[in-house]
Amino acid sequence: MHLDHSHDGPAAVSADAHRPDGTRRALRIGLGGPVGSGKTATVAALCRALRDQLSLAVVTNDIYTREDAEFLLREAVLPPERITAVETGACPHTAIRDDISANLEAVEDLEDDLGPLDLILVESGGDNLTATFSKGLVDAQVFVIDVAGGDDIPRKGGPGVTTADLLVVNKTDLAPYVGSDLARMAADAKEQRGDLPVVLQSLRSEAGVGEVAAWVRARLAAWTA
Amino acid sequence: MTRAALLVLADGRFPAGGHAHSGGAEAAVKAGRITGAAGLEEFCRGRLHTSGAVSAALAAAAALGVDPVALDGAADARTPSAALRVAARKLGRQLMRAARTTWPHPELDALARQFPKGAHQPVVLGLAARAAGLGPEDAAYCSAYEGVSGPATAVVRLLSLDPFDATGVLARLAPEVDLVVRDAVDAARRAVDLGVDALPAGSAPLLEIGAEAHAAWPVRLFAS
Ligand SMILES: Nc1nc2c(ncn2[C@@H]2O[C@H](COP(=O)(O)OP(=O)(O)OP(=O)(O)O)[C@@H](O)[C@H]2O)c(=O)[nH]1
Ligand SMILES: [Mg+2]
Repeated sequence: MHLDHSHDGPAAVSADAHRPDGTRRALRIGLGGPVGSGKTATVAALCRALRDQLSLAVVTNDIYTREDAEFLLREAVLPPERITAVETGACPHTAIRDDISANLEAVEDLEDDLGPLDLILVESGGDNLTATFSKGLVDAQVFVIDVAGGDDIPRKGGPGVTTADLLVVNKTDLAPYVGSDLARMAADAKEQRGDLPVVLQSLRSEAGVGEVAAWVRARLAAWTA
Repeated sequence: MTRAALLVLADGRFPAGGHAHSGGAEAAVKAGRITGAAGLEEFCRGRLHTSGAVSAALAAAAALGVDPVALDGAADARTPSAALRVAARKLGRQLMRAARTTWPHPELDALARQFPKGAHQPVVLGLAARAAGLGPEDAAYCSAYEGVSGPATAVVRLLSLDPFDATGVLARLAPEVDLVVRDAVDAARRAVDLGVDALPAGSAPLLEIGAEAHAAWPVRLFAS
């Protein structure tokens, strides 16, 4: 009867905070943003920063290859069984927002196969400024843009920039070379986002992914509280 | 039962994972067998009368209450390509999640328990129709139609085909969908008494071969 129960009920509800056996499932954080802004690099850096303290896994959603998953494998940021690639039929935003079934399957399979996890990072394939994650798939989302994509992106807004739980403006080291005004990006972001947090980071700097990792730790503390 | 439930189940936006699959169209495009609307129509016609007819009959039989485990075995036996069996189970699992949330039903729960990694999609589709209070004809229509609408949508993306042309293809195929559904329901009714051997077993070798090749590509847009 106990076993029976474990396959009924909760498995049908995607956003349920518990696994079928009643334990709390992993916190799921989505990372989205335009092509090449540094999502995979941020995921890799987060894995390196957190893997010693936390049990982690990653799901990637590439547009047409397994490139992101393969990069993470090559960099050996996690053992291979902790990295899953979801195929998205040329529409990554559909797979993270409108029809999340393949991604839900991936996150649930990771926890079924590896045992309870603390955190699963879900990277969306590079998409446009309107791509956001469904609340049925992730508990919080990070939107990653970069200074080289134009310093007017925060001003333009859009659902990713405006509503993500954390906005990351990446590659600040490149600002002098592409003529981006960091102060203006920060001010525009503040204008669009009100009290929602913004991190300006360069993964090439010493501080690296530190601030984002601290934000993830805080979310996790709130999740397990 | 409500008629409108059919629209919910047949809606291309029903969140059951189909958007990531091309129904063999990606392999056919790469092989040069689909280069435009005419090729798409021939592809869809071939699919409709072979694997489409089988899927529709399986779905209708499941909707009639034929043992889903036997139907799943029949689907396996009618799908030579291992890659296609994997895709069918994946899609079945995803549809199961959506159906259980949308139309909770003990028969869906039982099948999910029996096949935690997924039963064949047409079987789940038929059972979902049953859970939604729909009949065998409705299930067969959903199955036959999505068997051609999936490739059509995929080819719009793959070839930047004019979406009006793709929709025209589907409209021209509609009378043939009617025929396939009629035969599927007949076969499903026979299967109630005679067992799953009464179901059709047509297959399209090129679809099977194409699926095996496609699954081995390093770079592709669709999962199948
Ligand atoms: N200079 C600089 N380069 C960076 C930084 N972060 C990432 N990059 C580089 O930017 C390029 C793209 O980074 P990815 O992490 O692959 O970007 P992505 O957002 O995952 O890209 P898609 O998944 O293709 O959308 C890579 O060459 C990274 O090494 C940074 O902070 N500074
Ligand atoms: Mg990436």
